[in-house]
Amino acid sequence: MPIDLAQFAIVLVAMALLVAAAGKWLTRVLTGAGHGAPERWTYRLLGVDPAETMSWKRYGMALLLSNAAMMLLGYVLLRVQGMLPFDALQRPAQTPDLAFNTAASFITNTNWQSYSGESSLSNFSQMAVITFLMMASAAAGIAGCAAFIRGLSRKDSHDIGNYWVDFTRVVYRVLLPVCLVLALVYVWQGMPQTLASAVSATTLEGLKQQILTGPVASLEAIKHIGTNGGGFFGMNAAHPFENPTPLTNTLHMLAMLLIPSALTYAFGSMLMRRRQGWAFLAAFLVMFVGFLAIVYHAEQQGNPLLTVAGADQQWSTLQSGGNMEGKELRFGIAQSSLFVAVTTAATTGSVNAMHDSLTPMGGLVPLALMMMNDVFGGVGVGFINLVSFAILTVFLVGMMIGRTPEFLGKKIEAREMKLVMLAVLAHPACILGFTALAAVWPATIASLNNSGPHGFSELLYAYTSGTANNGSAFSGLNANTPFFNTTIGLAMLLGRYFTLLPMLAVAGSLAAKKAMHEGPGTLPTATPLFTGLLVFVILVVGGLTFLPALALGPIIEHLSMLAGHSF
Amino acid sequence: MVDTSLSQHPRTRLSQGLLRPAVASAVLFMLVTGLAYPLATTGIAQLLFPSQARGSLVERGGHVVGSAVIGQDFREPAYFHPRPSATTGPDPANPDKSIDQPYNAALSGASNLGPTSQKLLAAVAARALAYRRENGLAAGTAVPVDAVTASASGLDPDISLANARLQIARVARTRGLSEQQLLTLVERETTPRQLGLLGEPRVNVLQLNLALDAATAHPAAAP
Repeated sequence: MPIDLAQFAIVLVAMALLVAAAGKWLTRVLTGAGHGAPERWTYRLLGVDPAETMSWKRYGMALLLSNAAMMLLGYVLLRVQGMLPFDALQRPAQTPDLAFNTAASFITNTNWQSYSGESSLSNFSQMAVITFLMMASAAAGIAGCAAFIRGLSRKDSHDIGNYWVDFTRVVYRVLLPVCLVLALVYVWQGMPQTLASAVSATTLEGLKQQILTGPVASLEAIKHIGTNGGGFFGMNAAHPFENPTPLTNTLHMLAMLLIPSALTYAFGSMLMRRRQGWAFLAAFLVMFVGFLAIVYHAEQQGNPLLTVAGADQQWSTLQSGGNMEGKELRFGIAQSSLFVAVTTAATTGSVNAMHDSLTPMGGLVPLALMMMNDVFGGVGVGFINLVSFAILTVFLVGMMIGRTPEFLGKKIEAREMKLVMLAVLAHPACILGFTALAAVWPATIASLNNSGPHGFSELLYAYTSGTANNGSAFSGLNANTPFFNTTIGLAMLLGRYFTLLPMLAVAGSLAAKKAMHEGPGTLPTATPLFTGLLVFVILVVGGLTFLPALALGPIIEHLSMLAGHSF
Repeated sequence: MVDTSLSQHPRTRLSQGLLRPAVASAVLFMLVTGLAYPLATTGIAQLLFPSQARGSLVERGGHVVGSAVIGQDFREPAYFHPRPSATTGPDPANPDKSIDQPYNAALSGASNLGPTSQKLLAAVAARALAYRRENGLAAGTAVPVDAVTASASGLDPDISLANARLQIARVARTRGLSEQQLLTLVERETTPRQLGLLGEPRVNVLQLNLALDAATAHPAAAP
């Protein structure tokens, strides 16, 4: 369908146009010398010295402590929700394990939700807990990434920046202004932005319909700009109030891609290696387009079992056709498939279609993208993951051709490789370990919404999403049990900090090294050849690690579906 | 030689002076990003786009009949019917139990059934049978996929053009209007791709049914 391809193209072209502009802006924010007046007041209120230079350990400590304080504040507010204002519906406080899961989820930028937004949270909590933690985790992620890039770019230095300055500037100069403008565009398109909790309507057939409203647009803006993903409503960006038109859907996708792609540009600028930034962006794009093709094809082909049941899934000028279970008509197959790929590539976790109801190969795509965790990556962290794979590639290739592994003019030695391997291994260990535990834990069967291989996929998806800090779900799984709240909460924390902290250590360690001259023995890392190798390493490492688990879930299900089996 | 940061910053200094900024940052940024930002957005939005900001409510005769962007349930043969909805709601007889309640805008929901789920396939087959019966289609006719599958939100306001056309004969018969009149009405109420490119062409069921009521009440004004 040419018009579908045109929709894909327009999003990618718009993203490419935004990369340079947003990248330049981000570079200025992260490297500028001056402090604006609101920033100076903030530093005074916080009691910090903006001129302090931090080692990676102190930077990491500041990030951890302030995140911990924010998570605690969020937890407390959720626990006392019943006593707080702005809720005509009097929704009660969350239970302790649920509030822990929610606070951990939002401070780690995961936005996994064990609750349904509209039935569990008051408008006050949606603002003061959810919107706040979304801003904070996005800013912390960008700050962490900025420190990481500085570590790579500096020579003989123990200074990777000042956490408070990075965090404050990202909030004031990037997130708040962009979100305010975007939120207003969203309202124009039909998203509510009000403090009223609900409106009562009498339908044309005389039924009562209670329509829940709230400050939706302001939450949606940071949800996508910050690659957060938690919905105001249970059904997330599929809910017409969260995503009223195809235009808002397109803006959601561009917003999710904005900062992750701009970071590659900022990286190139801050290192004065523009080509390296573009080489990384190319690696992103190659994998992204490949996975998009798989999910679009699978969903447009539809489900042969539905045809047997009497559904017409053929594309025509009168309908998009395809597998429409769990999809919204205004988005059809094209805008839904693109959203599936974008939300898991950018580790946002916002969904405009129910991933649980995707065809098996369609559902494999978000799983695989999260398992690789670095196609675009979430705000900040995804980029860091990509660099860890780049270092791994340099190392593997260096071994193969007998060259000393070097990356960006620094020698890669045992210490860096150990840290990189810790970061690279923590991710699959966490996903597969917890999935295995859940598969044998007695009470988990009762939480599954589907049986057969699809039930296993629900478990695998939950821990993949948690560890990759994505937050989307095969949401048939009832994850609001103490076992799931706790284990997925832990997976989110491990997945976030066991990649972020080791890679900050790598940056600190590289920053302290002398720069080497690039000689004939250096493997250039800004070439198409290296981009190809990088993609190859990511696919091979990801494939070898996860293929057995994928075979038990989506792959068996695909074969069963073709053979006409149902469960 | 690699890890010299320790000697420069002894362990005792690592978190020194970080506790107060950590706590203060949590409170300050909660106030700025969690309250000031959404409240400012609310104020501006209510000023610039008051109708959308309140939920795009649709009124008829002074009463709110729904929201233009939220679907609602229609079962009478005289109205066009929306897509199946998987939302649930509390059982009026027993509030602890939840029962099927299509288009419950207080709790969005999807089936979340996978492609090989027998429950899904049985539901689709049953919906296809009912759709053929309601609209007088021959047994075994393939039914537009959106008419037999539940949407993602359970509140999908739209149906496909194919689905709307197949319902015309039934609605026309019940209302005593001509099929040609209804076809013109459906075409008038069709939302094209946004900007000629984005999304899918579709028909908003509530808007269509409102137009239908208006056309029936004043047949002279009907298309």
